[in-house]
Amino acid sequence: MAPKETPKMKQRPIVRLGILIISHSVVVSVICCISGVVALLLLPILAKNTYISENALMPGSANPMLSDQDVGEANKLVNALLDLKSEPISSGRVSTLVAEFISDLGAEVGYHKFYPESNQFHPLHFFSLPDSGSLQENVNCSMYGINVIGIARAPQGDGKEAVVLVTPYNSENADLSDALSIGLTYSVFSLLTQVTWLAKDIIWLVADSRYGEYSSVSAWLRDYQRPVFGASLILDSDTCDGGSRPYDLDNFMTCGKLIDNFKRAGTMAAALVVKVTEKSEPFVDTLNLYSEASNGQMPNLDLINIVNYLAVHRQGLHVKVKKLIPLLNAKWLNVLADILETVGVIVRRLNPQWKFGIPAAEYIDGTATLASSLYYQALGIPTGPHGAFRDYQVDAVTLEFSPYSLRKGRHKEFLLRGSRLIEGVIRSVNNLLEKFHQSFFLYLLTSPGRFVSVGVYMIPFILLVAPLPVMAASLYMNIFDFGPNTETGQLAVSPRSVTWLDAAKMVLIVHFWGSIVSLLPYCICQMDFSTPTMNLAIWSMLSALCFLLLCLVLGLHFNQTEKAKWVVLKSATLSAVFIGLCLMSVVNFATAEIGALLLVPLCLMIHPLKINPNMGTLVNFSRMALNFILLSMAFPPVSFFLLRGAVYGFHGIDIGDFWMWVESLWAWNSATYLYITMIHLPCWVLCLHILLHAR
Amino acid sequence: MPKEILEYWPHLSAIGVGASVTLPGLGGDIHGQYINMSLDPIDWPMNGPFSSTLGIRSALNCGLSKVEEKFTEELLLKPLPDRKVLAHFHFESTAPRTQYYGRHHHLFPKAIAQLVQKFSIREMELSFTQGRWEYESWGGYDPISSSSAKPPGVELWAVFDVPVDQVDASWKNLTHSLSGLFCASINFLESSTTYSAPELAFHPASVNLRYGTLPREAVCTENLTPWLKLLPCRDKSGISSLLDRPSIYRGFYHSQRLRLRHVKIRADAPDSDTVLEQTLTVVLQPNGIRSKESHSSKRKLHPTWSMSSLFGRKIEGRCALAKSSNVYLQLERDLVAEMKRLKEKRKIFDISVLNEDLIENPAFEISIKPDLVLREVLSSQTESSSLTYEYSIGKSASPNTFDLSFTWKSPVAWSCRKPPLRASRFLMGSGNERGTIAISLRSMGPDEGLNVSDMDKERCVLPVNIFQVVPWYIKVYFHTLKVFIDEKPMSVLDAVEKIHISPSEDKVSPGVMEMVLKLPCGVKSATITLEFDKGFLHIDEYPPDANQGFDIPSAIITFPNIEASIYFDQEITLKDLPLLSSFQEKNPIRYYTEVLLVPLTTPDFSMPYNVITITCTVFALYFGSLLNVLRRRVSEEERLHNAKGKSGPLSRLIAKLRRSKEIQPQSTTTSSSLFSSKLILKIIMVAAIAICWQYLSG
Repeated sequence: MAPKETPKMKQRPIVRLGILIISHSVVVSVICCISGVVALLLLPILAKNTYISENALMPGSANPMLSDQDVGEANKLVNALLDLKSEPISSGRVSTLVAEFISDLGAEVGYHKFYPESNQFHPLHFFSLPDSGSLQENVNCSMYGINVIGIARAPQGDGKEAVVLVTPYNSENADLSDALSIGLTYSVFSLLTQVTWLAKDIIWLVADSRYGEYSSVSAWLRDYQRPVFGASLILDSDTCDGGSRPYDLDNFMTCGKLIDNFKRAGTMAAALVVKVTEKSEPFVDTLNLYSEASNGQMPNLDLINIVNYLAVHRQGLHVKVKKLIPLLNAKWLNVLADILETVGVIVRRLNPQWKFGIPAAEYIDGTATLASSLYYQALGIPTGPHGAFRDYQVDAVTLEFSPYSLRKGRHKEFLLRGSRLIEGVIRSVNNLLEKFHQSFFLYLLTSPGRFVSVGVYMIPFILLVAPLPVMAASLYMNIFDFGPNTETGQLAVSPRSVTWLDAAKMVLIVHFWGSIVSLLPYCICQMDFSTPTMNLAIWSMLSALCFLLLCLVLGLHFNQTEKAKWVVLKSATLSAVFIGLCLMSVVNFATAEIGALLLVPLCLMIHPLKINPNMGTLVNFSRMALNFILLSMAFPPVSFFLLRGAVYGFHGIDIGDFWMWVESLWAWNSATYLYITMIHLPCWVLCLHILLHAR
Repeated sequence: MPKEILEYWPHLSAIGVGASVTLPGLGGDIHGQYINMSLDPIDWPMNGPFSSTLGIRSALNCGLSKVEEKFTEELLLKPLPDRKVLAHFHFESTAPRTQYYGRHHHLFPKAIAQLVQKFSIREMELSFTQGRWEYESWGGYDPISSSSAKPPGVELWAVFDVPVDQVDASWKNLTHSLSGLFCASINFLESSTTYSAPELAFHPASVNLRYGTLPREAVCTENLTPWLKLLPCRDKSGISSLLDRPSIYRGFYHSQRLRLRHVKIRADAPDSDTVLEQTLTVVLQPNGIRSKESHSSKRKLHPTWSMSSLFGRKIEGRCALAKSSNVYLQLERDLVAEMKRLKEKRKIFDISVLNEDLIENPAFEISIKPDLVLREVLSSQTESSSLTYEYSIGKSASPNTFDLSFTWKSPVAWSCRKPPLRASRFLMGSGNERGTIAISLRSMGPDEGLNVSDMDKERCVLPVNIFQVVPWYIKVYFHTLKVFIDEKPMSVLDAVEKIHISPSEDKVSPGVMEMVLKLPCGVKSATITLEFDKGFLHIDEYPPDANQGFDIPSAIITFPNIEASIYFDQEITLKDLPLLSSFQEKNPIRYYTEVLLVPLTTPDFSMPYNVITITCTVFALYFGSLLNVLRRRVSEEERLHNAKGKSGPLSRLIAKLRRSKEIQPQSTTTSSSLFSSKLILKIIMVAAIAICWQYLSG
């Protein structure tokens, strides 16, 4: 791409193509950006129907064996749990009752005592699993939960693999839905203790969700996957009193020694989290699927496929995945859907074999689901207890049943349908000889039965990101076009390489500042201020202070008058944004996609506020306005509130909410937090710097 | 030579079977006649008539009564605490080392005798197992569990009577022979990466020992049939006729074992006898479908069973060739104690006097009265001893069919004798990079295990042998060995008495760790951990279904100082009962841990095409541009460009075409926009034509 080539010499076609593209960078940028957004909007149309990729799964090939008898047994447990609720002291009784029921089935029972981990920011622990040795410092002895674990061993299996069933259960404040979820799993588990076809062991974890569903499951998984030897003794004797065990567990202590013995089975093949909610749906029993784990990781698509297939085609449940409800009523989306539908009709008239375009309602639905899929993946926070499993490379999904009514008489029917579904899924996973590997891991769902695979959803991102290097190169090459025009003629004083070095230094310093900003909340948390608003104010003040200090120390000049400077700076910024977004797309694609939507237009458009006399006032004015709008929209707090307002409405917005949101991001070790502070914010500051450039 | 022998083998077996059919009515003293019958026609074609008769005569002169092959069949039934029934079949053939039969045998399977002879096997054990032995509910302290509880899949070990340098060759040949004999992939044990030579922690310690396992080998009837063929009566008569395939493979545990050893019957005998022990251990559920109601009550009645309900068959008389044919019913110590307790309770109401042998008792009823009751001899008088009822087939009241049934009358709960320490092995960590193997030993409670007085507890030491084989792609770092006793970290030197490690060599040999731990007697828990890295395999080395993961074979944990043996009060009768006398042997308690599944990095096998394509593309681009650069000479090109019209018609045409194009790019740099607008126009035109064509054609 060297510009100084003899024009006489014929260059190689690839170089010529590069030069051609760079020389038309504006056109290319506009086309790419627009087509990127269009391609993103077309994703629901390009979504494919899901299919079961692994042949060994064979979902629904066997008739369900679960009978009314199992459900009757489960109903007994539900009633017993509901009776317990009326008793005054029931917190520890629930686990013993469940344990009794499990041991009556002939399965192994174990208890797991855990201390919930308070979420704390460990700045150096990103992407690494929490070290179980470190958590002992902040353990509150009076706060502990007890999980009950039941294990059904496969009669003829070799015990190498296991399937995990999880039922979160709030033992302090239990209601009908909690009891039903235990009953649902119990009926499946009781069947599985008797069947002969089992090849993998079944672990049933009744997770004590007093301190959150996620923390109990993750505590159990931590002790399962990476136990610490020589530590539990210290924990029990030194920090915590040995006598703090509940009264009713002492019985078990004396007779069975169950609490000391951590029960294990083999390598986990898959996990299902079963929940029942009271949110009743109209007319039909509904199944909500949650699958997003930390940092946008998803379980293998086959797991979702078998759940969806069995729920829809065998049990007649209505399957739903999360969608952004406000999008359903958005005007612009309706119009767009109608346009796409008509385009689809025209295309089909051209050639009936082209399957382009879907009905408007379906498109709106797909877009809302896709948007929520993108949003929750981008957030990087797991949407349920299944997220804990993904941290250990176990495929897991949460099945949340919402029955259309929870009247007394309907319990059995609901239990039968739900447990037959779980039985079918377990039977399928049991058939699986290998671990899940056949289907997609990188995908976005547009409905429970349709998905966009990585090959398709990469296209909008690539289109959005592609103009960045082109624009950077073109700006860099065109410095000479600006240079001689400057009246001072400083070209001789600052050759291009020096200008370039200055710009690179600027970019690096701002990114360094970004990493300092990302560490500031840790200090703020140590200081322990009361309100989130206060915390946010301190954070922003400290950040600004740091910035000023850095500028003073490292000597950044804000009043550069040379025109070439801002052009080179813009070029460097563009490169930095490009590198940052590409890196982020590897870590968490959805974050990079949303980030690109916000940053790319801003970075491409940014121009100093100074009016250019060569252009018309209208052009100048519109450019300034556009710059302002884009800049304010890309500022993280503003974009957060805008998104929030668009989804939930603008009333009742508190400034402190942003702090809460950021806090939740770092508490869950989300890479999005790093992206915001180390890529997005520095680039935004650089853009601001260019905008306020004097010349 | 073997081929020649094999040719005659079917001949002999056919005669042998024919003879055995005629035998039952005649009684037991027919052996000599039978041998003559079967041997005469065989030796004719081999050595000529005279030599053969001479040979037999000389053998007869040596003493017919002394050299006698022996076969016994036995079955032990035992109710288990978790409502299941253990059936342990034990067949034993003994062949004296003698020249009397030449190369042939009367009862002893010829195939095995040839193996023994050819590979000079001193001792060998081969087991095929499906399912897991539940040490906690089926027992871990008795002779059956320590000898017949085996790891899933195939386990083979053998001791050879050859010089040390020939052991590996013998082992390799042996694996192939056994593979053919038992229709199993034992030949995979040939590769040096699969077998090891334990020296310290495995029981019959010897330099000539080789040990190998195949954890993933599936076991089915195709392995059972050749095993049955080794029996003189096969499964046609006698106790082995109970082996109905569907019922025994429906069980929870199925282990078929073959053990060869050399035993000196008398101390002064010059040669030792070859003993072939064939056992089949199955754990069955009496009623096929577990009834629901039984679970609801805490103290539940155990299911009633009989031999016909367990196996679907009855014993129709004994195998005519068997010297003894016995069925035993064993009641465990704890069960006997429980019965006695129950009796004490009942005594208040029931005045009937109860005898010690518990044949009549309030809890269960046995359909047939035993011929003999054997009581265990215990050192301490406080415990009640286990009981074994003996039934000899053919001698009992109804000689034709034998169907023992066991009826429970009142609910009894008991527990079996658990192993001194409960071992479990598990993997720690996740991901495809590294992990940790942990072996944890836990005591089963204060009342179980070792009976050591408090005074001794301070200096008493419990040695535990651990033998662990790790495949080479699990790269264990032995320096990371950590030992925790009672949750406290211990230094390895303090806790380990002896250790023998042979690190793995990539694609050559597995890693072997043998260690003798010395644990204090009152130990509650002990854990050892070893860290490992996961290696990479060559694409050819992946087995089918590679995505399942890779197996680490079971670790063997032995308690050398604790013996699992049962001593009986009637010593004299035991001589002819190999199963019961094997109970009296001093065998240490052996415990197999679980097989572990390690997920390794697995390539995407379904994408070779993509890999080929991408590699080819990269190569083409690289070499294309490289050649282009190397070939190109700038000045030459220019000269060629200037010298027009000297070439052939084709190049002239190209030049003509090119000329028209080259006018614009050479004129100005700004012309590229013009060029592109032209290009865009062209593209639009082509697109329009394509759409029109599509529209018209569609």
